[in-house]
Amino acid sequence: MISEQLLYSLAGVGLFGIGLRATLLHHMLLLRLLALNVCGAGVFLIFIAIAYGGVEMIADPVPHALVLTGIVVAVSATAMALALGRRLQALNDE
Amino acid sequence: MIELLWSIFDITLVLLLLALAWNTCSTRDVMRAVTLFIAMGLLLAIIWARLKAPDLALAEAVIGAGISGALLLSAIRDYPSTAMVSQRSTLIEGIINILTLALTILMSWAVWHGLNMSDGVRLSEQVISQLPVSGVSNPVTAVLLNFRAYDTLLELAVVLTAVLTVLTLNEKRAGYKVSSPLLQGMTRWLVPLLVVTSGYLLWVGAHAPGGAFQAGAMLAAAMILLQLAYPSRRQEFNNYLLKILLVIGIFTFVLVGLWMMSLNDDFLGFTPAWAGSLILIIETAATVSIATALTLAYLGGRPKGWEAGNHTDSKIAENGGAE
Repeated sequence: MISEQLLYSLAGVGLFGIGLRATLLHHMLLLRLLALNVCGAGVFLIFIAIAYGGVEMIADPVPHALVLTGIVVAVSATAMALALGRRLQALNDE
Repeated sequence: MIELLWSIFDITLVLLLLALAWNTCSTRDVMRAVTLFIAMGLLLAIIWARLKAPDLALAEAVIGAGISGALLLSAIRDYPSTAMVSQRSTLIEGIINILTLALTILMSWAVWHGLNMSDGVRLSEQVISQLPVSGVSNPVTAVLLNFRAYDTLLELAVVLTAVLTVLTLNEKRAGYKVSSPLLQGMTRWLVPLLVVTSGYLLWVGAHAPGGAFQAGAMLAAAMILLQLAYPSRRQEFNNYLLKILLVIGIFTFVLVGLWMMSLNDDFLGFTPAWAGSLILIIETAATVSIATALTLAYLGGRPKGWEAGNHTDSKIAENGGAE
């Protein structure tokens, strides 16, 4: 029986791989952004899986704080990228 | 038996997550991709709860699924539906597939190797031993706002920078058309509930899962809901007030930091006796700033009369440029 730590870490790696592949394959900005966000979610999952120490141990709060920061930064970066894309679209339409 | 049930639960969650991620990334239909992404965010929230990270579960449900979802859904309108359908050539696609697969296998091996090698350094004991002097009893809040307060200050700066970029680049998106009475009626019930929940999350963050980020995002969700239900009313904000609210988080944070530096010779080195109150003050200011930032990010640009700087000018702009 493999440990939860390993299972969820590997899922995180899988998520990262799926996101990376799609980021490189897609042409459309919005789809690329989504793929990048999937990539980021994979990284978060690896962090939290490693912080999880099993049923009887308390989880490590430092990676939790890092990932909480990461989630907020990710949504800000997404908003910024969307604004850049919107401006680009407006310039192309002119 | 219990172990087996947990394993089945874990494997189901992981398979669902990978399937949702794969479908989000492989579809070319933007609407479908965004919807699947929101579903993936909610699933991630369950996974964070499973991995004993309830603070993250709250943040993911509100920010990762909620605010990101609203942001992406409203951004779909910016792109013409007939957008580029061009595809990479088969050769390039093959190369990308092989390289990402190789990288994924390499990373899997690294993770497996790393987890098997040693127990590694865990910081939980250090955090728990210092918790009594941090002023709060929720370890994640203690890390965020006391032990690593500097990181959080800079994070607020990152959020502010991103929002300033958004404000610099574009005008606010045109609102949706008037919504149904059903949504308006529901909004009347939901918005007060969201505001109260936000205040609760802010307060409870000191000793249980919650905190400034979850509370701020919850408040932003209330604002976004108001925008959706009443697109024509509430169109104009008091821009002067908005600007103050946007920076008040960082301003308070730096001010408290400098004050503590004058007392303890250490930037953001809190005096243990006051730490609890100081953290609450910073968190309250940060909640307001995060809510403002996320709302402006959702609007996608400056509200009318933003450049004018004061309220009288924004009134003129409002009269001049009615939609």
